Amino acid sequence: MKTSTFWLLDALVIVVVFALSRLVTNDYFFFATYLVLQYIVLAEAWNILGGYTGYINFGTAGFFAIGAYTAVVLHKLIGPPIPVSILVGGTISGLLGLGMGYLTLRLRGVFFAISTLAMAVVLQTLVTNWDFVGGSRGVYIIRPSQAPFIGNYIQYLFLVMLVLAGFSIAVARTIEHSTLGFGLATIRDDEMSAEASGVPTLRLKLISTTLSGALMGMAGAPLPYYVTYLDPDSGFNLAFAVNSIAMPLIGGTQNWIGPMIGAIFLGTIQQVATVTISSALNLLIVGVLMVGFVVVAPNGIIGLFHRRAPRRQG
Amino acid sequence: MSDPLLRIEKLGKRFGGFVALEDIDLDVAPGERLGLIGPNGSGKSTLVNCISGTLRNESGIVRFDGRVINGLPAYQRTRLGLARSFQLPRPFRSMTVRENLRIPLLYTVNARAGAHLGEAQIVARSDELLQLVGLEAKAERRPRDLTQIEMRKLELARAMAAEPKLLMADEAMAGLSHSEVDDILALLRKLVDQGITIILIEHIMRAVMSFSERLVVLVAGRKIADGPPQEVISNPEVERAYLGE
Repeated sequence: MKTSTFWLLDALVIVVVFALSRLVTNDYFFFATYLVLQYIVLAEAWNILGGYTGYINFGTAGFFAIGAYTAVVLHKLIGPPIPVSILVGGTISGLLGLGMGYLTLRLRGVFFAISTLAMAVVLQTLVTNWDFVGGSRGVYIIRPSQAPFIGNYIQYLFLVMLVLAGFSIAVARTIEHSTLGFGLATIRDDEMSAEASGVPTLRLKLISTTLSGALMGMAGAPLPYYVTYLDPDSGFNLAFAVNSIAMPLIGGTQNWIGPMIGAIFLGTIQQVATVTISSALNLLIVGVLMVGFVVVAPNGIIGLFHRRAPRRQG
Repeated sequence: MSDPLLRIEKLGKRFGGFVALEDIDLDVAPGERLGLIGPNGSGKSTLVNCISGTLRNESGIVRFDGRVINGLPAYQRTRLGLARSFQLPRPFRSMTVRENLRIPLLYTVNARAGAHLGEAQIVARSDELLQLVGLEAKAERRPRDLTQIEMRKLELARAMAAEPKLLMADEAMAGLSHSEVDDILALLRKLVDQGITIILIEHIMRAVMSFSERLVVLVAGRKIADGPPQEVISNPEVERAYLGE
């Protein structure tokens, strides 16, 4: 399928899903699906760097929270509409990705992973000590009860995140089928061979960290309006990092479908468990599922379908 | 002699206190078939790495095609026309054999001024290369399905896909059987016929002697001999390095 066709189809799906959602009257439905959609964005974003390029990022929460706190700052200064906050938040966390990439990409494997985790901790410390955004006390965001055209504000947030999820899927799929995607895959497979084949590995890694970071920040920008009270502990919550790693791993990291399936699967299970059993159970579920998948399906759900196909040809 | 394609002057490389290469001078003329030999640990691969940009030399100058390339990252050297194969094959494991060849076509050939291969040309060109090395039947396979010699051939084909002026084949035949070595040699001769300069780094003397028109010997990071193969091989210093006193 051509890339332009995919974008059109993607946009069509967004319209259809939103149209169908107008039939739902229960607010909780929107609260819950918002989180699942948010995880689609985070999982696709993580997978650009983690799956396509082969660099494991433990700092998702850092990028995500920077997007959220950018929105807080903008809200206190000028109070722009959410799409503007998303663009600014995405830009800032994209720049953060660029900087992180530049500083750490000489590190590989576990060393890179640890440095991303450290970066998130440093950022959290900074934000905790920054009074303007509420410091450790957190900050209240009073959101309007109605949004123009849409009506109910939570439905508006749902629409915003739906568009972001569709956008991140289209971006991930476009990268995958582009020259850039092939270049990123060579970095994952063997950096020395990549250079010997003419791939400018450093530049591609920076593009990858920037895009990945920007998408994470975009996912975070609407968060203050969703939770209405944001403190560093919830913005920088480790669960974001763990989930955005677990979802692509469970779904499959080789293409855009894996993270989406992983996010929908795991995100939905977590929502159901929160309501029916307890919210403390979420991380336990993630852990058990990850162990299970590592043993049974190391290439994720997608891998289960793909595994037999190439063999049959031979 | 015409202007050399590759000129190395006073090249030196150390790892901490260990001197891996010292004062290496080497000229390679266009179209030449150069053999580079030396005992294990004599610095052959380090020299290849310094020329290809995988390692940075601390002293000396590397000139390629009339241009000083010191400090250039490896990918830019590849784009200038300096290709290499690795001692241990390093294919892109998640890609098919044909996709492996696609990478240098996308990132080296298409990155050069004037050239732009479309999708159809890329496929045609990679099939051509696969035919040259005899891997056309394995185009859709992944590297893990290949045998050792097929892996070496893929390694050479990928280096060739970058349309190099100079190819450094780092032990492309190690561990292969007698007839497989002949296979690779025949392949290298085909490349020479296409006008490519080749530096062959090799332990298998039969292969080196039959292929090279000039032989360079490295021992403990120094160049101790350089000349026609028969002369070099009977040089007492070379004999001493290989056989001891």
